[in-house]
Amino acid sequence: MTTSFIHPALILIFGALLLPCIKEPFRKFYLCGVPLLTFVDVLYLNWHPGVHGVILFMGDWTLTFGRVDKLSMIFGFIMALMAIIGTIYGLHVRDNWQHIAAWFYVAGSLGVIYSGDYLVLFLFWEIMAFASTFLIWFNKDQGALAAGYRYLLVHTFGGVLLLLGFVLRYQATGDLSFIQLDEQNTQFFTWLIMAGLMLNAAVPPLHSWLPDAYSKATVTGAVFMCAFTTKTAVYTLARAFAGFDILIVLGVIMAIYGIVYAMMENDIRKLLGWEIVSQVGYMVAGVGIGTALAINGTCAHAFAHILYKGLLFMAAGAIIHSTGKCKFTDLGGLYRKMPTTLFFMVIGGISVSAFPFFSGFVSKSMIISASFESHLLVVGFLLTLVSIGTFLVAGLRLPYLIFFGENRCSEETFAQAADPPWNMHMAMAAAAFLCLLVGSYLPFLYTMLPYPEVAYHPYGSYHLSETLQILAFTALAFIFLKDKLGARPTISLDLDWFYRLGGRGILWLAQNPIQWLDTAWGMAYRVVGLYSLMVTAKFWSWFDWHGIDGVVDGSARSVQDLGHRITVVLQKGQIQQTLYFSVTFAAVLLISYVCL
Amino acid sequence: MIVNLIDYLKERLQTVKALGAIAAAVMLIWTVVGVDTHHAHTWMEAHIPGFWAIFTLLSCVVLVSFVRWLGKSGIMTREDYYDD
Repeated sequence: MTTSFIHPALILIFGALLLPCIKEPFRKFYLCGVPLLTFVDVLYLNWHPGVHGVILFMGDWTLTFGRVDKLSMIFGFIMALMAIIGTIYGLHVRDNWQHIAAWFYVAGSLGVIYSGDYLVLFLFWEIMAFASTFLIWFNKDQGALAAGYRYLLVHTFGGVLLLLGFVLRYQATGDLSFIQLDEQNTQFFTWLIMAGLMLNAAVPPLHSWLPDAYSKATVTGAVFMCAFTTKTAVYTLARAFAGFDILIVLGVIMAIYGIVYAMMENDIRKLLGWEIVSQVGYMVAGVGIGTALAINGTCAHAFAHILYKGLLFMAAGAIIHSTGKCKFTDLGGLYRKMPTTLFFMVIGGISVSAFPFFSGFVSKSMIISASFESHLLVVGFLLTLVSIGTFLVAGLRLPYLIFFGENRCSEETFAQAADPPWNMHMAMAAAAFLCLLVGSYLPFLYTMLPYPEVAYHPYGSYHLSETLQILAFTALAFIFLKDKLGARPTISLDLDWFYRLGGRGILWLAQNPIQWLDTAWGMAYRVVGLYSLMVTAKFWSWFDWHGIDGVVDGSARSVQDLGHRITVVLQKGQIQQTLYFSVTFAAVLLISYVCL
Repeated sequence: MIVNLIDYLKERLQTVKALGAIAAAVMLIWTVVGVDTHHAHTWMEAHIPGFWAIFTLLSCVVLVSFVRWLGKSGIMTREDYYDD
């Protein structure tokens, strides 16, 4: 079985490397074919669970590339499916680099999901971070470059935390396998690994990168980004930290935090980014609860979330694609111009808001039920409150401010607005259909869950009545409160303030006190250092001239003087005398030679 | 088709509102009279009629008020805040 193992990530990586060689009219088929082949490979793996692709590395380490079990199967399935939808959505993009970055990004995500040890996990983790940064940088809008740098720096920081964590764990236990960690016996490395994984799941206080980066990515890049990073992180948390109580608290904080900021937001994709923070909060809380039902709920919600959030990002992307505007204050009243986009956005909105027969209804409620069943009543009620907020924001505020209400578009924007190209429609239709399928045909999702033996029946009359009350009365409240949630030309300060202004603080420090110190030091050097140096130099110059040179020159002068005197004595110009001295000298030399 | 439907409903906004209100009322009566509350998670849900409707309205008011307060406390700021 191991011999027939082809890692799905490899298909995407090789597919990406070959893409520049493929020319039209084959290119579009190739673009659809590669993720389709990856999906088929994932299906094949799902039929052959077990551990594949085990490689001995440098003698000591065993690298596991293909751990296929119940938990990795469902995540692998939805990631590969989303890769197809995302690529179809971006089919019109001519720039090959964008497709290459996206495929490398998905390959990273699939690699993490099937990895069985921390070394392989880390390799693919970093591929994800690096490749996705380019999805931001390819956007030529103002601010995208800086947002990409912030994204890369934050993820590098998270990667370093993870690296530190698993290296310390290896030192302490000699084990690199990526398995459930022990809650009773937590070490420093446990928290480091958790923090590294939580950064990618955007758990506060490590969350600010998400709305910042996703709102600045390319239209198609954001569709990929909204699906992979956070949900891969949820998978890793479920793998290693199921049942850690702290995640319940953080998950609930995250869910509330996200929805509060989404209610204040003016940028469409930033609002959706905050919505991701909020929805991933449910999943993190589910991982923290850790019961079979809660883990099932986490996986189901991640599955549903990738589809409806992808759909919402696609609809938002369609609006940005045609109008070039991304703020509520520049949009409004567009339903006449973009009716099908409205339709798909509403499908995404009611799926996230847990309407019966749509995906959120059968997934989100599982986590809420799990919290009530574990007697975490506060958690259950708070998550329900967030659910109300979600409908208020994504189901009502979002479509209302874009498509209805006051028309705040400029004439140019309104004239440009139109439904997007056919491929975007196709991708949105596929995602919308899957949202409906997940919500209406339960076995499609429920048979894939890690604990299929745990029964859950969302279509009981009590759950229906609860949901209908929530939906109807949220809609009623919106009618009265909608003006308080209107479009305002503002941004909301968040924890990224610290590193955005922190960086500026360092710049200020460099430009002011450090620069002053440097100038003062230069001045002190000129006044004190340079003067004393000159005095010392002058002294040594004098000493050299009169001291050292005096001695050397003195001996030279005395030698010269002596030579002169000898010459005067010996060479008086009389040939006989000179011959006499010369012969005597030669004789003395000869005698000395003979005698000695 | 979608545009026509929306325009059709917009022209009859009062009727739509009335129908919505009637539907909500029927649903509320059904939840109070017809739904078995044995599956309720807590005592409050089983014994307060229309508990989730009340919970929803309170939640909306609390959320919106909190967001307004937070926004006005300085969290919502001018768009070029980071551009200086």
